[in-house]
Amino acid sequence: MTCLPEITPGQKKLGLVIDLDTCVGCQACATNCKEWNASGHSGPLPDTKPYSAGAEGVWFNRVHSYEAGEGERGRTVNFPRSCLHCETPDCVTVCPTGASYKRIEDGIVLVDHDLCIGCGLCAWACPYGAREMDEDEGVMKKCTLCIDRIYNTNIPEAQRQPACVLTCPTSARHFGDLGDPDSKVSKLVAERGGQPLMPELGYKPVNSYLPPRNRSSVAAKPDEAVPTPMDIKNPLLRWMDKVLTR
Amino acid sequence: MNPAPSIVFFTTASGAGYGLLFWLGLLRPLGLVPGQGLVALALALVLITAGLLSSTLHLGNPQRAWRAVSQWRSSWLSREGVAAILTYIPALLLGLALWVDAPALALIAGLLAAAGAVATVYCTGMIYASLKPIRQWHHPLVVPGYLALSAFSGAVLLAMLAAFAGGGAVPALLAVLTGAAALLLKRAYWQAIDSGPPIATIESATTLGFIGKVRQLDPPHTEQNYLLREMGFRIARKHAAKLRLIAQGAGFALPVLLALLAVLVGGTPAVLALTLGAVLAIGGLLIERWLMFAEATHTVMLYYRG
Repeated sequence: MTCLPEITPGQKKLGLVIDLDTCVGCQACATNCKEWNASGHSGPLPDTKPYSAGAEGVWFNRVHSYEAGEGERGRTVNFPRSCLHCETPDCVTVCPTGASYKRIEDGIVLVDHDLCIGCGLCAWACPYGAREMDEDEGVMKKCTLCIDRIYNTNIPEAQRQPACVLTCPTSARHFGDLGDPDSKVSKLVAERGGQPLMPELGYKPVNSYLPPRNRSSVAAKPDEAVPTPMDIKNPLLRWMDKVLTR
Repeated sequence: MNPAPSIVFFTTASGAGYGLLFWLGLLRPLGLVPGQGLVALALALVLITAGLLSSTLHLGNPQRAWRAVSQWRSSWLSREGVAAILTYIPALLLGLALWVDAPALALIAGLLAAAGAVATVYCTGMIYASLKPIRQWHHPLVVPGYLALSAFSGAVLLAMLAAFAGGGAVPALLAVLTGAAALLLKRAYWQAIDSGPPIATIESATTLGFIGKVRQLDPPHTEQNYLLREMGFRIARKHAAKLRLIAQGAGFALPVLLALLAVLVGGTPAVLALTLGAVLAIGGLLIERWLMFAEATHTVMLYYRG
């Protein structure tokens, strides 16, 4: 059923917290996401012309790169974009078949690929571009928050996390229950002032983005190296330099 | 937004079909349409069915289309499917009533078919109007636009068929009125979307506005993807102003003038004028429907183009 589950206080809301301060834009999260999800719940993920010009495919995670601000305040920010597992996602309610749904037990937004007719309306309804059509199978695919990892009792407990989180070399990605105010991720959001994307659209994203930290001070410009007398090759000029420096 | 030909054809053909069914259902029982009305009903049902079949062409799995009627509680697309299927019942009953000449049944079935036509087109409009990420669609004039264009194209077709059947000024006058109304509505809509503020900015999309203005440095991928093809369509958007003029002239103004002329002169010239008017109106509407997609912008492109 594509009606949204009722939100009760203290409801589990699994999601990601992404640190824009430490993300280095290495694309490891996107690559490991693709690797894991090419099999399992969402597999296969199509790639067309993978080894020639015009290569493209379905990815659940896209890492953008932006410049923000001007001059000394300006900086480069790497920006991973994936499904935010919104609390009130229109991608679920617009679905005509019931293929798109939000799980009541943990808030994960999923697609039942056996029910999907591939109309694409959910992708239109998502402001964040989180859904990409698998044009081989004719069904919509999206981030599952690695539902086939996080509850998988066949892998060591430490690895029961989304592939993008496990692989991040700078630990810029964190996974947990954002519905629990005492969870590690909720505390991180509170401490660092985590922000939702496009809150004005009213989708109430669960994922949160930690803003780049303010640099305490901008380093002073190094003085231009003053030439030493030995840098002056002409003997006459060297002598004049000595005299004038006195 | 990518104007998929199957969807452009669907909204034009089914819109005209439902408009024709609406006017036929209302006017035929009142005796305001000459002839039996079966030809008009057949044309309406052919247009509706062709449009609906065409709309399934853009599905990834058309064989599962039947599943789309299940989520009418939340989805406007599902409601459209339900309304479209239910409307066939009074429409076919109207056909039966006209065939055996049962005026009472024709009246009831006609009114129900007209109501079903309005409901279906309303649902179609709401599919688009309910999409918040697309500023040009999430607009209060979108649903009235769908209804007005459907009423206009239906009236134009009915006027043409009535002229073939030997007169009947009422459908032609309706074409004049609905055409003028649709033109005014469309102009107001274009003015509104041209001056409307953006719903989100690259700054709110990235949360980085507190640092300053945001601009793209590197794209996440160098080749195309589904999002860019579906939501990033901008071919010929630069011709939008000219296409709007063509749509207004050929799609609305000329058919309205031709219908007026037909009312004044009558006879064979009226048949010719109304036939030409119908062809122009449908052609103009195809352009207008295409523009409806091509001019629409989606918030995901903020991430790609700022």
